[in-house]
Amino acid sequence: MNRIHTLFNTKKERVLSIYFTAGFPELESTMEIMEAIQTGGADIIEIGVPYSDPVADGPTIQDSNMVALENGISLKKIFEQIKGFRAKIHIPVVMMGYLNPIMQYGMEAFCKKCKEVGVDGLILPDLPMQQFIDDYKELFEQYGLVNTFLISPQTSESRIREIDENTNGFIYMVSSHSITGAKDGISDEQIAYFERVKAMNLKNPRLIGFGISDAETFSKASDYSNGAIIGSAFIKTVKDSRNLSGDIHEYLAKVIDN
Amino acid sequence: MFYGLSTINYKHMIKVDEKGFYGKFGGAYIPEMLHPNVEELRENYESITTSQEFQDEFRGLLKDYVGRPTPLYFASRLSEKYGAKIYLKREDLCHTGAHKVNNTIGQIILAKKLGKKRIIAETGAGQHGVATATVCALMGMECTVYMGEIDIARQHPNVERMKILGATVVPATSGSKTLKDATNEAMRAWINNPVDTHYIIGSVVGPHPYPEMVARFQSVISEEIKWQLNEKEGRENPDIVIACVGGGSNAAGAFYHYYNTPEVRLVAAEAGGLGINSGKTAATTAKGTPGILHGSKTILMQTEDGQVVEPHSISAGLDYPGIGPVHAHLFDVGRGEFVAVEDKDAMAAGVELSKLEGIIPAIESAHALYALNMIEYSKDDVIVVNLSGRGDKDLETYIKWGKY
Repeated sequence: MNRIHTLFNTKKERVLSIYFTAGFPELESTMEIMEAIQTGGADIIEIGVPYSDPVADGPTIQDSNMVALENGISLKKIFEQIKGFRAKIHIPVVMMGYLNPIMQYGMEAFCKKCKEVGVDGLILPDLPMQQFIDDYKELFEQYGLVNTFLISPQTSESRIREIDENTNGFIYMVSSHSITGAKDGISDEQIAYFERVKAMNLKNPRLIGFGISDAETFSKASDYSNGAIIGSAFIKTVKDSRNLSGDIHEYLAKVIDN
Repeated sequence: MFYGLSTINYKHMIKVDEKGFYGKFGGAYIPEMLHPNVEELRENYESITTSQEFQDEFRGLLKDYVGRPTPLYFASRLSEKYGAKIYLKREDLCHTGAHKVNNTIGQIILAKKLGKKRIIAETGAGQHGVATATVCALMGMECTVYMGEIDIARQHPNVERMKILGATVVPATSGSKTLKDATNEAMRAWINNPVDTHYIIGSVVGPHPYPEMVARFQSVISEEIKWQLNEKEGRENPDIVIACVGGGSNAAGAFYHYYNTPEVRLVAAEAGGLGINSGKTAATTAKGTPGILHGSKTILMQTEDGQVVEPHSISAGLDYPGIGPVHAHLFDVGRGEFVAVEDKDAMAAGVELSKLEGIIPAIESAHALYALNMIEYSKDDVIVVNLSGRGDKDLETYIKWGKY
């Protein structure tokens, strides 16, 4: 069974997924960060594939993408870095990236390589659902990769249903109409949206992301879903770190402990 | 001939398919957060823009505010020099100095009909920003223009023009701090303001339906060429139409009504920069490969790892790493002839037109003029060059160039 399915079968609450940018802050930080995310107690690792034009991301992740690219990261390099990671990492790992670098690598070659190294799922934010169904669904299935689509407060109920139908990993609930990065807490309007989607009884688990940064926002998001995703706040933690593992453990302990 | 057709029949035109593709290119590769915005536009733009009410307002403003129809001018001294019958389509005489305003007029009326309260736009050199700020002032709508930090520094007069017109200019400080990053910032701003805001994209780029919608607003250019040429030459079809291509909106407008007339040759002049093998170029079809940029599949300049490469052109309006998907399609199927015009040649062509015809062209348009030296034609050929903009904004560049 896919590790993502196993996870959500056994853990229904307070699932924590951590996004990091591969090749940041140093080119060779990738494996150290992955190990520290696991030992720090998170449940899912999202490997961000850097892109020159990350249109859904706020300044923190944009900057990390630029630095990683200047460091010399590429998809090819990421696969070299994470080769053999399953000897150490047992929690689910997903790759998150914009379509263009993956297209240049070749979608089938990419899926094949993901399976080979032990990646469990993919989040490709600018791959439209219909294009996925028409062109890539079979490929994902062939290589045992689960897919995740995003929804936002503007997504209509009928489209959420359609997305639920075509997702087999988890649904990524974007917390507000916004790009990535921390906001000031969670508003009543956002809670109304969380409740509305919760009441739809979707077949897929839901993780809330964008604007989740600390223990408080993580707990609040978890009250209305199966857990949450942290990206920008984690990137800030590793940005100037001189002790990656130590700082990551300290950060995760603060987020996870109530 | 009667000017002011209230409805246009687009049926016989090259058409995007229902998923927004021209052949292999196009589509709407956007994050889900933009889906409702783009879907609202897709569902409504066709019915709104073909309605009588819309067309009356659009045509009325093009006539009285923009100053259309723009002349189709027989350039006799230029013709004599090149040994063909050369006509210039005078988009440089449009209000605000370039064809850009045809599109912003169309989109602002559409935005109003969609009930939007705010307008956002991206700009490179500032021409589209000025055209957007202009129509926002005209309609009393709030306007925010995203512009790369580097472009703000090098295009100061246009920044001030936008401010005089009441727009807010926001520097794009991400990435390479130029047009592509301004476009990213505008898309991010649209994600952050999905309900009350319309994004006026300035070229035939972006997710479907933008490329087709912008091309339709610009198609007034070739619509006029047809009847104007008929008046002057007794024929609607020239042998050749030449236009410059950055994203490609003026070219799309000049080609639009000739797409399906194969006997009319369509010549697209891209910016060769310092030479296509210099590493400093914006000649997308010469140096680019298929990929996805700003929501559509097209041809773009990128590394083999799929990172977008910063282009170079002396003309800020052509300084874009991709081209509109319709142009990628014209290139792919061989319907368009693409040439790469280098900075120095474009400058020389701009000076040449100034001396021969008393018209100082925008440096973008000068690329189209130089293409006359790069293509084959016969003595009796009728050639229309789309003079997309005037050179006032480029005075500094001409002065720096100095060879006049």
